[in-house]
Amino acid sequence: MPKTISQFDWLTIAIYFLLVFIGYINIYSASLNDTATSFFDLDQIYGKQMLFIFLSIFLIVILLSLEAKFYERFASIFYIFSLISIIGLFFFGKTINGATSWYAIGSFTVQPAEFAKVATALALSKFIGDIQTNIKTLSDQFKAFIIIALPALIILPQPDAGSAMVFAAFFFPLYREGLSGVYLLTAAIGILVFVLTLVFNPIWVTIGATALVIFLYFFRKKKRPGAIAYFSILILAVALSFSVEYIFENVFEQRHRDRFNIVLGKEVDNKGIGYNTNQSEIAIGSGSWFGKGWTEGTQTKGNFVPEQDTDYIFSTVGEEWGFIGSTVVVFLFIFLMLRIIHMAERQKSQFNRVYGYSVAGILFVHFFVNIGMVIGIFPTVGIPLPFFSYGGSGLWAFTILLFIFVKLDSDRMSFW
Amino acid sequence: MRKILLYIIIITSGILFIARLFYLQVLDDSFVGRSENNAIKVVYDYPQRGFIFDRNGELLVSNQPSYDVMVIPRNVKPFDTTELCRILSITQEQLVERLDKAKIYSPRLPSVVIPQLTKSEYAYLGEKMRNYEGFYIQKRSLRDYHTENGASLLGFISEVNQRKVNEDPYYLSGDLIGNTGIEGYYEELLRGVKGVKYIQKDRFNRDIGAYKGGIYDTLPKKGKDLTITIDAELQKYGEILMENKRGGIVAIEPATGEILALISAPTYDPSILVGRQRSRNYTELYYDSIANPLYNRSLLAEYPPGSPFKVVNALIGLQEGVVDTHDRFSCHGGYFYGRGRKMGCHPHASPLDMIPGIAQSCNAYFANVYRRIIEKYPTPQEGVDTWSNHLKSFGLGDYLGSDLSTGRPGKIPTAKYYNAIYDYPTYKWFSTATISNAIGQGEVLMTPMQLANMTAAIANRGWFYTPHVLKEIEGMPIKEKEFTEKKHTTIDPVHFEAVVEGMHQVYRAGTASALQIPGIEIAGKTGTAENFTKINGKRVQLTDHSIFIAFAPVDDPKIAIAVFVENGYWGGRYAGRIAGLMIEKYIKGEITRKDMENWILTHSLEEEYAKPLSGEPFRINQ
Repeated sequence: MPKTISQFDWLTIAIYFLLVFIGYINIYSASLNDTATSFFDLDQIYGKQMLFIFLSIFLIVILLSLEAKFYERFASIFYIFSLISIIGLFFFGKTINGATSWYAIGSFTVQPAEFAKVATALALSKFIGDIQTNIKTLSDQFKAFIIIALPALIILPQPDAGSAMVFAAFFFPLYREGLSGVYLLTAAIGILVFVLTLVFNPIWVTIGATALVIFLYFFRKKKRPGAIAYFSILILAVALSFSVEYIFENVFEQRHRDRFNIVLGKEVDNKGIGYNTNQSEIAIGSGSWFGKGWTEGTQTKGNFVPEQDTDYIFSTVGEEWGFIGSTVVVFLFIFLMLRIIHMAERQKSQFNRVYGYSVAGILFVHFFVNIGMVIGIFPTVGIPLPFFSYGGSGLWAFTILLFIFVKLDSDRMSFW
Repeated sequence: MRKILLYIIIITSGILFIARLFYLQVLDDSFVGRSENNAIKVVYDYPQRGFIFDRNGELLVSNQPSYDVMVIPRNVKPFDTTELCRILSITQEQLVERLDKAKIYSPRLPSVVIPQLTKSEYAYLGEKMRNYEGFYIQKRSLRDYHTENGASLLGFISEVNQRKVNEDPYYLSGDLIGNTGIEGYYEELLRGVKGVKYIQKDRFNRDIGAYKGGIYDTLPKKGKDLTITIDAELQKYGEILMENKRGGIVAIEPATGEILALISAPTYDPSILVGRQRSRNYTELYYDSIANPLYNRSLLAEYPPGSPFKVVNALIGLQEGVVDTHDRFSCHGGYFYGRGRKMGCHPHASPLDMIPGIAQSCNAYFANVYRRIIEKYPTPQEGVDTWSNHLKSFGLGDYLGSDLSTGRPGKIPTAKYYNAIYDYPTYKWFSTATISNAIGQGEVLMTPMQLANMTAAIANRGWFYTPHVLKEIEGMPIKEKEFTEKKHTTIDPVHFEAVVEGMHQVYRAGTASALQIPGIEIAGKTGTAENFTKINGKRVQLTDHSIFIAFAPVDDPKIAIAVFVENGYWGGRYAGRIAGLMIEKYIKGEITRKDMENWILTHSLEEEYAKPLSGEPFRINQ
């Protein structure tokens, strides 16, 4: 055992606790009110979060004590169990804020979608890590796609598009293991064309795309792909561009359109749909260099930013700790994610590596979508900021996600 | 590539976020203000305005509570509009209109529906208030006058105008501010300092406690109580004497420069400019362009001083050494100069030396003195400038610098002035061109305040304090250098005795011999000043102004006074009587010359003032 302890990546663990601690003090500030008594008042949001943090420590001890092999061996079981749990929501789920994403046991609620990410990560890792799997074959790509898409498609209609979106994170481990970059390129071009069309219009996008394709074609270094490939991409891009308006107006719901319009700066209704983003920007923007000080944020105290202790917790950081504080938090996240990638790359087992990349990918999507939304450069999508946002399910799911990897990493030498 | 893609994406996102944060938090500083607008409400606590007492400790101005009916439109529930309208004596339409206006201003913030309830309205509505949800009564402080006098001296309180709000960050739209008079000049002492509370609001605009625990909050500081130099009794008496007349009286205590009374007629009761009827009354006063009650004649009206001016010419003559007290000048019904031009004079013994010259107010005598002053110098320019500089040492020809919020410089001509008029050096001018200055007509103009100050300087035999109206702040005598430092005239004290004796003789044997007050030795000087107006563009002469200056007692002056009565004919007629009565009132506290008092109280000049407005031909000086 002492040998094992020294093999844990204490740097990762330290950053984890630092983030949880910073998260807690911001939740404390965001949820502070007149009826507050002590730090441990379980009637208060921050009191509950404190309890969740203590339970997390208990969880960590268990996670690190289990055999590393245990996670790989039972991956499929976890996966199936988690599928059942999210399907069960359709029958036994409790609706909060319009989404049927919770099981309620008394006043205690659990959001199984959070844990489904962990189970999917384990299942995907096990599938890829299997000696017989070759991700370069179409059939295995399809199987991997099923493993990822199944929980996402079950979660999507709850409706919880945010959580479903996170499953896109599994692209990163797949790409690392050899999935063709064409998928990435296609997705990237698709998103780019979509956004540019909304900002400008199809005509300008067509002109720009044509010019770019011609430029790339004549300055290409290799002979392949030929003119036909370039031309096809151009046609597809233009077709997408011209269909954007249709998709935007007919496939999207009004709230989705609004969210896009706010980020693109097209529509500013700061009293209605744009209220959250506007107030969140005011909170962050008024923090200046050093912030207004802990529990001194006027936006935070006046509850101007809705959901400030959960999805919008970063606006409290911005208001009370200023540019310096928010930059520190951004750095901590980036450092953690880079550290995880670094750890993943040193794994001898493919299972471990895929899992590590999954962890980094999931954290990244949460980090990017959440902070991007709070600072007004990404449309409003309700997913939590890992380790920060209030909520037991989220905290525990991320704790499990991370500490399984810490355990796997500590055990990496024992394969040979 | 496969190993570094996620690295690159993560680092790029990090840079993007930090750049965005830098933009929001550091580059764009508009968010700080927006968050304050959002979340911090500033509430002011208005202090009690300082009281004003007269020199004898009599309370003149204090405060009274006033009650405004306020409304928060969002909180209004259906109510009995008929009853509310009846209590407030307004119509249904007015009420609806005001509520709509309040709603447009803000549904969540309070607006005034009915300002400044009367005491009875308040008493009645106070009980019924709970029936009207969304309405409440807010207390404000208004001025309470314990005197009917000194309106223009005291000034008034009004809502601050937008220009002042823009200029001075202390004031907010809707704040009250002192205007004109003492309220205006000593605004900063009287108003105190308002307290401020920063209240943290939540997104429903509810108060959730003090911002930062109240570390930026301040307590209001009460305004300072002021004791002014005015003698309320004397002020009141003067205003009574000036009823039905236009003009001004200024009385000064020579030894201190303290203004004892400052009367401008016609006047009004200061309490009409308080409360709900304020704006109607003010408009009425403002548009009375004929009697012009808002025009402070004691401070602003620039009149030709007439004969009282002769005494300074006598002093300058003595100082310049061009005459001595025994030099005699003859008078044959006037003074002849140039090609048959004449300055007329009234019948009296001739020739005269200085003391009877003053007592009889002989024009010829002073024409000679004046010419000697000017002609002492090689050029009339040097002569006039020397003369002018002596006058300026009496505080003439420029703002006196008193602590009254308004004033005029009057006019003392200089060589430069005459050069411009006569187009020098193309044309030359000589002392005779300015000869009217000898008798205080001509180009010389003075306000009653300047005239009174000149009288005080003579009473003091050569010095004065800048006249002022503030005596004590919270019981502590003022220390302003301007008001506690003697200003010396350019005339040596020795020269004053003859002039003072001349003025004494005005009472004993001269032009004011009928106005003697038993038991008080007064030095004075009558004045009668020609004046003109324009009717349909034509210069028309009006009945002369009646002017009088005096101080008493001669040997130990307690009061120096200047009285100016527009179109009162000769000096002894109105101004002289009023001056005598004021002196007797101040020194004895009672009036023995009841005949004089009766004459003044029963004589009106309203008919005289109506003449030029009648549109018909009229006679003057009758």
